Amino acid sequence: MFRGHRQHAHYWAFALHRIAGLLLALFLPAHFYVLALSIEGAAAMDGFIRWTDAPLVKLAETVLVILLAAHLTGGLRLMALEFIGTRESSKAAVAIGTGIALAVGLMFLLNVT
Amino acid sequence: MPGAAVEAKLWIWQRLSAAVLGICVIVHLAVIVYAVQGGLTADEIINRVSGNLAWFAFYSVFVIAVAIHAPIGVRAILNEMTPLRPGAVHAVMATFCLIILAMGFRAIIGLYTAGGV
Repeated sequence: MFRGHRQHAHYWAFALHRIAGLLLALFLPAHFYVLALSIEGAAAMDGFIRWTDAPLVKLAETVLVILLAAHLTGGLRLMALEFIGTRESSKAAVAIGTGIALAVGLMFLLNVT
Repeated sequence: MPGAAVEAKLWIWQRLSAAVLGICVIVHLAVIVYAVQGGLTADEIINRVSGNLAWFAFYSVFVIAVAIHAPIGVRAILNEMTPLRPGAVHAVMATFCLIILAMGFRAIIGLYTAGGV
């Protein structure tokens, strides 16, 4: 059974925003490391890109894209709450943000496969 | 109250960087979805950004904004969810900021100068 606060859409939005932010932060050094392979030449970078062709890596990339889009929409929702004063009880913003994040993930998946 | 003043300043920096990142991430997601069409190659990436001052400027702003934004977010998580003392959290945050800046600009400069530019 969930405790009371965990039944609240905004609790889950907060948890997703925090988890997505942390995972994206941890991903950054790896992302920059791979991009810097270009210093060693296109072949070094292509070697890594071939590794990303594996289905599990594609799945992980899709999750990352969804996390990035979710952190974006979650951040926009948060700033709307803080600066525009959108009603905090509105679950619509959470639903729209989640929908956009999943749609971006789907667009990525459709283009990458 | 110096503690509250620091928190207020970090809150402002977090929101300012978020506003910049909002634009950067929308562009980044669009480029990702566009670039992966037909498969990704190193040549394709290098041809897009190498020697291009506009992308160089864009990614510089992106890296600086994320070097501000991510450590402040990680700081909040460490402060609220771990027993680490504020001094230790501050050290982690500063180190993380420097790592992002160093690795980010190494990647940006690497890509900008790739292909003999």
